[in-house]
This record gives sequence, structure tokens and C-alpha cells, in this order.
Amino acid sequence: MSAIPLVPGGHVHEWHLPSRGRIGMYCLIIGESAIFTIFVVAYVFYIGKSLSGPTPQQVLDVPIFNTICLLSSSVTIWLAERAIERNSLRTFGLWWAATITLGIVFMIGTGIEWYKLIYHDGLTIRTNLFGTTFYSLVGLHATHVVVGLSMMLIVFLFTLTGHVRYENSERIQVLALYWHFVDAVWVVVFTVVYIVGR
Amino acid sequence: MADRTLPIDGSLDLTPPREEHESTILETLHAWVITVDHKKLGLMYMMMAIFFLLVAGGEVLCIRIQLALPNNHFLSPQVFNRLFTMHGTTMVFLVGIPLVFAFANYIVPLQVGARDMAFPRLNAFSFWMTLFGGIFLYYSFLGGGGLYGVGNAPDVTWWAYAPLTSRAFSPGNATDYWALALIVTGFGTLGGAVNVIATAISMRCKGMTLMRMPLLVWLMLVDSALLLVTITPLTAAQIMLVIDRYLGAHFFDTQAGGSAVVWMHFFWIFGHPEVYVLVFPAFAIASEVIPVFSRKAIFGYPAMVAASVGIAFVSLGVWAHHMFTVGMTSAGNAFFVLSTMLVGIPTGIKIFNWLATMWGGKIRFHVPMLFCTAFLFQFLAAGLTGIMLSVAPLDWQLHGSYFVIAHFHYILVGAIVFNTFAGIYYWFPKATGRMMSETLGKWHFWLFLIGFHLTFDTMHFVGFEGMPRWIYTYPADRGWANLNLLISLGGLIQGIAVLIFAYNLISSLLNGKIAGNDPWDAWTLEWSTASPPPDYNFSTDPVVHSRRPLWDLKHPEDPDWKYE
Repeated sequence: MSAIPLVPGGHVHEWHLPSRGRIGMYCLIIGESAIFTIFVVAYVFYIGKSLSGPTPQQVLDVPIFNTICLLSSSVTIWLAERAIERNSLRTFGLWWAATITLGIVFMIGTGIEWYKLIYHDGLTIRTNLFGTTFYSLVGLHATHVVVGLSMMLIVFLFTLTGHVRYENSERIQVLALYWHFVDAVWVVVFTVVYIVGR
Repeated sequence: MADRTLPIDGSLDLTPPREEHESTILETLHAWVITVDHKKLGLMYMMMAIFFLLVAGGEVLCIRIQLALPNNHFLSPQVFNRLFTMHGTTMVFLVGIPLVFAFANYIVPLQVGARDMAFPRLNAFSFWMTLFGGIFLYYSFLGGGGLYGVGNAPDVTWWAYAPLTSRAFSPGNATDYWALALIVTGFGTLGGAVNVIATAISMRCKGMTLMRMPLLVWLMLVDSALLLVTITPLTAAQIMLVIDRYLGAHFFDTQAGGSAVVWMHFFWIFGHPEVYVLVFPAFAIASEVIPVFSRKAIFGYPAMVAASVGIAFVSLGVWAHHMFTVGMTSAGNAFFVLSTMLVGIPTGIKIFNWLATMWGGKIRFHVPMLFCTAFLFQFLAAGLTGIMLSVAPLDWQLHGSYFVIAHFHYILVGAIVFNTFAGIYYWFPKATGRMMSETLGKWHFWLFLIGFHLTFDTMHFVGFEGMPRWIYTYPADRGWANLNLLISLGGLIQGIAVLIFAYNLISSLLNGKIAGNDPWDAWTLEWSTASPPPDYNFSTDPVVHSRRPLWDLKHPEDPDWKYE
């Protein structure tokens, strides 16, 4: 929030500081990136080191559809941000709902993938190093998706009751920043797990 | 109720007189428990830090009684292991980190001319998470048995190496208390760090550009930024540890191809920057106290800022100097030798600048300045023994010996605790409106100095004599007995000094001399408002034109902005 106090003498000086919500979210993103980096390093270090059990090549299918859904959700949330900046609240609500839907589809897809891995391929977190690092890294990302979806759902409920307006666009953008971060992490996780690691 | 007729920007105290009314004890307690005010939260962090300092101090006094004589049986080896684990864990996470946020929370909003931190409710959340984590850790003394009935407080040392921490070698819940309590305090720390950064960047008063911020604010900003990427690797590693212990994962399980060395890397990627996180408040306090008591502005402000940022960056690349004896490649060892030595450059710049500030100044040796002067010598010595340890072949001889303990306690006690005392003596008048006793303060200082040097200077030698760490006793024929006795004696003297300090704190609170707004004739914004400050901090939003706004107001014929 910028402070523009009136100085006696009648003139107003421009004193603009970055928004604290945005700075706070960037800080959170930096911290979370550090956590993800440690899990990615563990994943990369342990590639090919499992002593037994299923290998990535044997059991992993590249989740193209899931990835397209999640990355498109970044586009839809961007469209929602632009809509609320123009005060088009109905358009905002539609794009926001689209984002949530795409996120939920991603989670369902992950669930289906994990069901297959656990029950058909016998890969659990305790099976081998691949299982350990795969479920913790992808699971950590999925947890962040769930947190993002919960926040967006709350905003959606407030939208339906008419409480979200043009004045809240700054806060919507801060939340969208988090969602973009979650998508960026998926790009890294996807590359490391399904491309480099297979 | 600000007086809107006032013409002067950022003027000296204009606080309306406080209304006096009696609160019941319950009302007072309630006000403190629900507060989101940065001043109360800062004081609560400080109370938590002092409390756990006394607890961990008690733990180490037990350790020193056990080690004072050879073949002693005051403590069993199991209890000894728990005590040094809890001593280290408590001091780092329940004293060191809370001290960062105690000073940052209280002082940063006041020095930037803001009404509160950027996120007051997050501030409260962070404090209570930190405190809860601490209580949770100490509950392990009672509840660490778990299903297996084995164990008590964690006894795996404060860095909890794998595979000692695996289910097989640490049954019971002691290790879980260690990991989970620190994950909880870690979230509190992350919240606090986000808050400090957002406050320093987004809440500065008009005219306060980044290069006009007090150095304390700069150091807390850099410290918090470092914390974002320091505490999080530990959280990640501890999550991996908990997953290993409870879900049968294999992150650190050598039987399944995992690696215990991975834990070491992850831990020290946290652990080394962490010690810089802990020492930055000491730098911050020195950068505030030394100029005021030398009656000179800090020498080389831009270099101090650059050096702080430099130290933060370099500290991220030196972690494996804790692992020289693990058997990394020669190239690996060499890289970390050089990167560790590199940190001496920005640190040296800071020491030279503090000295240059004192040079030619009119030095007043009040208690805060006594502690800061001792800090300068002790921090330099600690840096030098650090450079000694950074030479890998010498480290191969000294790793795991008392020389290392002497080195890091020279920083933790000699730099951090000394400057914490300096900071408390310096800002106590602002926070409470009363001065601490100079006489008791001088007794505290000299006793603590003598005790500190008796203990930790001697400890370097007993380390050279080959005494290893983590042993609960030693035979009489090693030649360590006399040195250990001296070390323990020094510990006792430090304990007495700290008791004098605690007495000073309480008696000054009750009937110290009234301080007024600006007892030290200082130059930063916190001294322009009442002591203690009103809830809203400043009656009018301050406007600053230089790094020393109060100097400009007190000396309008010779303002700083002509020279900056």
C-alpha cells in the first residue's frame, strides 16, 4: 500500500512503495521453491539407484492430458485477472470457475495415475528409492495444488455471493501469483520425473 | 488522536499524555495473548528467548558439572546425550531465531516510521507457532516414550544425522519430537521472515529510500531473505525424515540404496546459512550502538550494506566445510575451503568499518558499548579460528574436537550473546521507559567477560589436546582434567553474571530511573517517540531526508542531507 501523506505547504509528493501483499507472496514463493529444490535434488540424485522394484521406464506414462489441463489453468486464471481489472465480474467468475475445474481435473488425473501405480504396478512410497522420491515430490506438488484450489474455491464462493469486486483485483492477482507458481513447479517436476528420469 | 495543527514533519515526541487506568491481571494477560502489536510480540519473542536461554544454560551447567572431573558419574551417558542435544537445539531454534524476531519485530517498524509490521496477524501467528514448537520439543522429556516405551528427549545431537535417526536406531518418539517441533517452529520462522521483508520494503515512511534505512533494518531484511532459503531446506529434510520413519520411505536408508550423506548435505545446506542468520542481529546491534556511543555516523554505510548482502550470498555456498571428514573428493573439499575463506572478505570489511567508526570518535563506555567493544575482539578471534578450520587438512585433525566447540561458541556467545546484551541495555529504556542500572550492568559485563574467556579460551586448548566432542566423561590420564575444571568454573561465573543481568532486568523494570524519549542522544526514528511508544508509534507520519533523521532535527544548521 503506498503512503501519500499531505505535506504542509499544500504539495503532494509521490511516494510509491511495492504492495506488501505482492512482496509477501514473492517471499512465500521463494521459500517454497527452496523446499521443492531439495525434493528435486533428492529425486535427481536417486535416479537409477533403486536396488529393486519397478523402474520409471516400466510404470510411468507421460501425463500429457493432465499437464495440458494444469497449464491451461494458468491461462484461464490470467483471463480472470484481466476480467476483474475491467470490472467484468461475470466473466471473472466464469474464468475463475474454469481454473478451478481444470485444477480438479488435474487432481483426478493424478489420482487415477497413482491408483494404477499402487494397485497394478505395486509401487508405493516404501517399495524402493523411485517410489520414495516419486510420491514425495509429486505428492508435495499435489498438496500445493490442493491448497491453491481451496483458496480459489473460497474466492469463488465470495464471488457467488457478490462480495468480490474491482477493488479486490490486487488480492486476486496475489492469489493468481501463487497459482502461476504451482504451474511453474509442475513444469519442473514434469521435466525431471517424466522426461529426464525415465 | 493526532494533533493536526502540528507543522513539523517527523518532529520529536508529540505523544499526548497516556490515560492512566488500572487493568485487572486477567485483562492485561488477555491483551498480551490476543495482541497483534509488533512491540508486544517483539517483547514476547524476547521473553521466550531469555526463558529458553536460561533453560539451555541450565542444561549446559549440568553438562559442565559432569565434565569438570574425570570419570564423573553425575549424569548417565544417556542423560548426557539428551542434554547436549537439547542444549544445541534449544539455543539455535528457541533462543537464536526468537532473538532475530525479537529485535526485528520491536525495532524495524519504529525505525522505518511505520505503525506496525506489514502483516500483524501473521506476526502473532508466527510467534505462537514458534512458542508452541518450543513447548512441543520440551514435552518430549515427558512424552518421548511412545509406543515402544523407549526414549525420552531426543538424544541424536542437534543435527540428527542419519541413520542414527532411523526407526531401527532411534525407537520411540524422541526423534519425532525433534523433527516435528522444528517443522512447527520453521513455519513460524518463515512467517516472521516474510513479515520483516514486506515491512522493510513496503512500509517505509516518506523520504526513507532503501539507502536511508538504518543498518539494523538492512541487516534484518537481508537476514530474513536468507532465512527464506535457509529454514526451508531443513523443513524439507525433516519431512523426508518423518516420511522415512513413518511411511517406510528410504531417503536416508542405506539398506535400500539411500544415503546418509544426503541428510548431511541437506542439513548443512540449512545449517551453515543458519549460523549467519543467527549472527546478523549481532551485526545489526553493533551498527546501531557503536555509532551512537562513538558520536560518529557509521563509517562506510554503502560498503556495510554491500558486505551484508555479500555475506548472505557467500554463506549459501560453504556448507560442506562441516563435512570435510566425510570423504568428498579433493576437488570438492578444495571448493569448500576456498568458498569458506571467501566469507572473510565481507566480514572483514564490516569489522574495519566498525573500528573506523570508533576511530576519532568521542567514545562513551556505557554498558551497551562495553559489550559491543568486546564483540569486536571476540568476533574477530572467532573468524580467525573459523579460517583455521576452513583449511581442510587442519580440519581433519580438529573436526569433532573441542576446538570446534570453542570456535562456534566464540561466535554464539562472544558475538551473539554479548551483542544481545548490548541491544537489551540499549533499547530497554525505549521499551519500558526506564534505564537499566549502569552499576549492575558493569558487574554483569565484567563477570561475563571473565567467565566467557575462562571457558572458551581454555576450550581451544583442550581441543588441541585431542579431547573429542560428545563424550560424557574421560579418563584421568589424558591431561584434560585441569582444563575441563577451568572451563566449568568459567561456566559457573557466566551463570552468576547472567543472574545479575536477570536481577538488573527485573529491578530496573520496577524502579529504574525514568528514561525519557532519547536517553542516549541517538539519531534513528525510534528515539523520536515516547518511551514506551504509544500503540500507534508516531503521532504524525515521519518524513526523513537522511540516514540520521534525529540528527537533522537536533542540528538544523548542519544536517546530514548536505553530505549524503
